[in-house]
Amino acid sequence: MQIYLPIAEVSVNAFLLLGLGGIVGILSGMFGVGGGFLMTPLLFFIGIPPAVAVATEANQIVASSFSGVLAHLKRKTVDLKMGTVLLIGGLIGAAIGVVLFNYLKAQGQVDLLVKLCYVVFLGVVGGLMFIESLRAIRRSRKPGGGVPVRRKHGLVHALPFKMKFRVSGLYISVIPPLLVGLSVGILAAIMGVGGGFIMVPAMIYLLGMPTKVVIGTSLFQIIFVTAFTTLLHATTNFTVDIVLAVLLLVGGVIGAQIGTRIGVKMKAESLRILLAMMVLAVCGKLALDLLLTPSELYSLGASGGH
Amino acid sequence: MIRLFAILIAFLLPAMAAAQSEEIVLGLSRDEVAITATFNGSDVLIFGAVKRDAPLPDGGPLEVIITLAGPSEPVTVRRKERVVGIWANTDAVEVDEAPSFYAVATSAPMPAVLRDIEDLRHAISIPRVIRSVGAPDTVANAETFTEALIRIRAGAGLYQVLEGGIDVEEETLFRGQISLPAALTEGDYVARIFITRDGLVVDSYETKIAVYKAGLERWLYDTSRNQPLLYGLMSLAIAIAAGWLASAAFRVFQR
Repeated sequence: MQIYLPIAEVSVNAFLLLGLGGIVGILSGMFGVGGGFLMTPLLFFIGIPPAVAVATEANQIVASSFSGVLAHLKRKTVDLKMGTVLLIGGLIGAAIGVVLFNYLKAQGQVDLLVKLCYVVFLGVVGGLMFIESLRAIRRSRKPGGGVPVRRKHGLVHALPFKMKFRVSGLYISVIPPLLVGLSVGILAAIMGVGGGFIMVPAMIYLLGMPTKVVIGTSLFQIIFVTAFTTLLHATTNFTVDIVLAVLLLVGGVIGAQIGTRIGVKMKAESLRILLAMMVLAVCGKLALDLLLTPSELYSLGASGGH
Repeated sequence: MIRLFAILIAFLLPAMAAAQSEEIVLGLSRDEVAITATFNGSDVLIFGAVKRDAPLPDGGPLEVIITLAGPSEPVTVRRKERVVGIWANTDAVEVDEAPSFYAVATSAPMPAVLRDIEDLRHAISIPRVIRSVGAPDTVANAETFTEALIRIRAGAGLYQVLEGGIDVEEETLFRGQISLPAALTEGDYVARIFITRDGLVVDSYETKIAVYKAGLERWLYDTSRNQPLLYGLMSLAIAIAAGWLASAAFRVFQR
């Protein structure tokens, strides 16, 4: 069934969108990532204009994250205090990101920036996570070797403005979470992603939060940052396509519920290694696009600078 | 119906004394196209007859050209180049006027129906329709940008050349069909009909087809432009409601 999207001004198959939403939703629930880093490139691929894809995806992430966070709240795996600190950074970052996005759109470089961001961040995060998870799995396989290494007292403990995060069992400075939130906010606006794929590892490795609360907390933060991003895109670029969003999120919210339940049943290490492999696969695909000679060297854009 | 139309014209012919020896009388299958949620392209049938107050003139056969053009707007064409190993947009050329949709249908191959001089005067073929004042001096091979624009839009079905797409009967009746793709921009679409002999335009006729979003599509589009904040909040409300509903539905389902 073809459906005409009023803002994107293209006609697409409704079931294709529902299906995409569902698959990405499952992954989103399993890994606590918004799924935007998969969905946005997929939307480019089916012919949605990039600006519309980025803005609409932000709106869809709100829905799938909200659905996911409710499941986590019930299980009390959300650190609201940490989430709020991350959120403050995130909102500032999102505002910076939208300004940057609009500037680069006028320069005709937004596609390149988005893709470069994907390649760099997905590559680094995916690679680190993959190595770390492999090590963790090897450790847990050794008989009697399951004792976790005691965390080192690093920079996060040396900085001022310390705060107690009871749910996470941490007593650290608020500066690192603020910075993590800020950078994720910028990325959320530019890449049309919630930023979970960066925030989750950052929370585990930089802030030292326990994996159990990381997913719920990142979803909590993502809801607000992407909601803010949606509003900014809707009011400055008019690129949020509500019909597209509804189709994606119907599939997405259902998928997220299923995914959350699958995620609970899986071991943290195997979850992480799966996420790492997926992140690396997307990264590889995008890197090839940038490196290989494209079949069409020219591209069309609306007249810039207006 | 077309025949009836033609017979009618034949009866009226003696009574009318036109300034030109041959004139176009036109019919359209539709003069508006409403884009609704399930819009999936549309066909426009353009038909008509040639009215004449003298016997068939000498010279080549009568040929017909029909063009249909969407609203024009400036377009930026960008070219990728390898910069430090990766492909990035470098040069850009601003094309001043390019129709969002353009179809040209003819009754015979283009060179046989239209001379270049007439093409230049009436802007009929695709390259003539696109207006580009010129690229900045820094850009090499500027004409390749216009070619790329045509190539990309033709690939998307937005620019069509339908040579032989018009049937002409008895040098009097003609009919042609143009398919509008699903991805359509709204606005006034201008249909032009030319009749030619020996590649020279004998008469032309112009009419408009209104293409507009209707119903829910119209309302959503207007709201997103006129009340963006409200539209944004509405998007969020829907998102949150959907997220909550799914979660609630699954809780019930699990019990």
